[in-house]
Amino acid sequence: MIPELGHFALILALVVALVQGTLPLVGAAKGDDRLMALGSTAALTQALLVLIAFAALTQAYVTSDFSVVNVVANSHSAKPLVYKITGVWGNHEGSMLLWALILALFGAAVAIFGANLPDTLRARVLAIQALIGTGFLAFLLFTSNPFERLSPAPPDGNGLNPLLQDPGLAFHPPLLYLGYVGFSVTYAFAIAALLEGRVDPAWARWVRPWTLAAWCFLTLGIALGSWWAYYILGWGGFWFWDPVENASLMPWLAGTALLHSAIVVEKRDALKSWTVLLAILAFSLSLLGTFLVRSGVLTSVHAFAQDPARGLYILGFLIAVTGGGLALYAWRAPKLSPGGLFQPVSREGALILNNLLLCTLAVTVLLGTLYPLFLDLLTGNKVSVGPPFFNATFVPLCAPLFAALCVGPFLGWKRAELWPALTQLRLAFFVSVAAAVVAAAVVDSRSTLAAVAFGFGVWLIVGSIVEFASRIRLARVPWPESLRRLRATPRAAIGMTIAHGALGFVVLGSVATGAWHLEVIETLKPGEKTHIAGYDVTLQRVENVQGPNYVAERATLAVTTGGRPFTTLQPERRLFVVQRRQIAETAIQTNLLRDLYATLGEGDPNTGWVIRLYLNPLAPWIWLGAALCALGGFVSLSDRRLRIGAPTRFRARTAGPGMTGGTRGPRSA
Amino acid sequence: MTPKRKRLWLLVGSLGVLGVAAALVLTALNDNLVFFYSPTQVAEKTIPADRRFRLGGLVEAGSVKKAGQEVRFTVTDTHKTVAVVYRGLLPDLFREGQGVVAEGSLGPDGVFVAREVLAKHDENYMPPEVAKAIKEAGQWKERK
Repeated sequence: MIPELGHFALILALVVALVQGTLPLVGAAKGDDRLMALGSTAALTQALLVLIAFAALTQAYVTSDFSVVNVVANSHSAKPLVYKITGVWGNHEGSMLLWALILALFGAAVAIFGANLPDTLRARVLAIQALIGTGFLAFLLFTSNPFERLSPAPPDGNGLNPLLQDPGLAFHPPLLYLGYVGFSVTYAFAIAALLEGRVDPAWARWVRPWTLAAWCFLTLGIALGSWWAYYILGWGGFWFWDPVENASLMPWLAGTALLHSAIVVEKRDALKSWTVLLAILAFSLSLLGTFLVRSGVLTSVHAFAQDPARGLYILGFLIAVTGGGLALYAWRAPKLSPGGLFQPVSREGALILNNLLLCTLAVTVLLGTLYPLFLDLLTGNKVSVGPPFFNATFVPLCAPLFAALCVGPFLGWKRAELWPALTQLRLAFFVSVAAAVVAAAVVDSRSTLAAVAFGFGVWLIVGSIVEFASRIRLARVPWPESLRRLRATPRAAIGMTIAHGALGFVVLGSVATGAWHLEVIETLKPGEKTHIAGYDVTLQRVENVQGPNYVAERATLAVTTGGRPFTTLQPERRLFVVQRRQIAETAIQTNLLRDLYATLGEGDPNTGWVIRLYLNPLAPWIWLGAALCALGGFVSLSDRRLRIGAPTRFRARTAGPGMTGGTRGPRSA
Repeated sequence: MTPKRKRLWLLVGSLGVLGVAAALVLTALNDNLVFFYSPTQVAEKTIPADRRFRLGGLVEAGSVKKAGQEVRFTVTDTHKTVAVVYRGLLPDLFREGQGVVAEGSLGPDGVFVAREVLAKHDENYMPPEVAKAIKEAGQWKERK
């Protein structure tokens, strides 16, 4: 009964989305207030209906209702409750339902928080959002119905892929989807602006919180995925340049570019049509990512459920969204009022450089990801483009980006001098050069490239600190004055400093782990020992343990340093009974400066067990840095100028003091 | 600077960055493209000893021999076979009779020295290249 209710709610949601996708557009064109107002009501209704459908599927999972095909294929009664719930989106149908739910919730959020938007703009944004929703709801209902019944119901299900039975991966898809889908709002704003024929600073200010929110979630989602791969796959790596990873990186790069170009629109009323184009591209790349994951056209370690029909549908949808968006752009963008030109050496000049480099990076990743596909289509040759390609293209292009990143915030709007900005950064420059030299001399003299990259990481951190110190004039004015300046600093500026500095930590962690990790593989019998970087590791015993839905071999490794006990590592090999699948469970001991990482391979008491040990310097900084980066985004999001009541076109013209905001000195944000 | 010159400057700058990127991409593709070969293709072509490529097929039943961390096995597309040696931990889904993709190069003795044996998330999953290789060898059986 409840699955039918969910199915019915989903059908209703599709109907509501169709209404929401058409009538408000007509209303906006004709100036009909009632049709436009329909958009908000429909958005809330649609969200409620999809929520009911999602709740119904969750209920089927929690109660292990094996009359539903989806539950049979992906759940099992012996599974812990938390994985019954996360199993809802651990499969194709459920994850698409989650996608549709987040899409509808974003639509509802626009309806709720968009009270200060002009009526026509809000109506159009909601309609575009609903048209995207229509595409996904139809996809669900016609190709991937999660509520399909099975009769007779089997006594138990097939269980969830054991790799997905993990807290890290449980929350990876929702965060990633919040990011992907968040860009749908920016896309809707861009299309609505093209329909309106107007892009101005007020528009940029309305779009910014949505872009920021999507970007923060995407950052967290990517970081969580990378962390999961690090501790579950047992290869000691954190980024594999796998097509599916690239699929999430491309919208992130485009979204980061969008975040920065929108500032130029907001402050200088320039770069408008470029920003609109970026908004269209960021969401298109999100959809491309979905297409790559769902269709299985590319060889990937992810290799989820694959179905050519579904891939074809998403490809068609991708073409409609991207092609439609770009066609509208080609038609309407020339009509946007042109922005002013500006000096190359200025804040906007620096932001253009940022955009240029970020987009080049995105294109590089796109080429590397799709090249095997094109070559296969054209010549039939099967190739793969692996990490060496990306190390040779992506990494060098990061250098100018990072170099310019610290300089940009020192340049004023309109017109600036390069030399004074560089003078202010001399401390950061010398510190980072020193760090690179020390890294090359002490840690590793073989790879100067890694040492240089390490220097760039230090440059980002110190440069950001110097920028913030100069903003509050630390040590230049008495400290109460600095404190007063600190309080007056807009949150957006604080967020920027945090995010920029955090990027430095990600760089340091990646370089140190990637270039300077140590690896030991040994076959050990109980009682035998091996060494890694000053640690003696003894295999004490291997025993069998019983988990809730698996049996495992657990090794106990005693780690001593200088003869003193240091820690105990217990890596496992788990055999999931239902699926007959074996998963390695790594054991990691971290002190936030390095990870001691152990995995247990195959073996038996006679020949011994294969033990793989890694020492990964600064590894935790990769994910802590990424989390800090997202935190910077959230701090910026809490800036009061972005909240409701921020100046609108209407109020900016008529309201009194206190509502104008925006310019708070030459260096606000 | 006149607006015209500024625009020119911007254009030159953009083209410069794109040019550098294009050069990087092209050289990288040239050097780092890893081709995929089936055992039949390995037998037909003469692949230089140090050339990195991917070998895909099925792990031949009964061929896996382990000695410490060194594993030797044979990859087959049911037509031709290639002997493989690998030092390290095998992915959890490595099984006899299952599809496998290994990346590495041919040693002087004709044995494929794998640097990496790729894992898949899903055990029903057959790498498309492997499926194609087996199809081309004419031994493909649809299975569900």
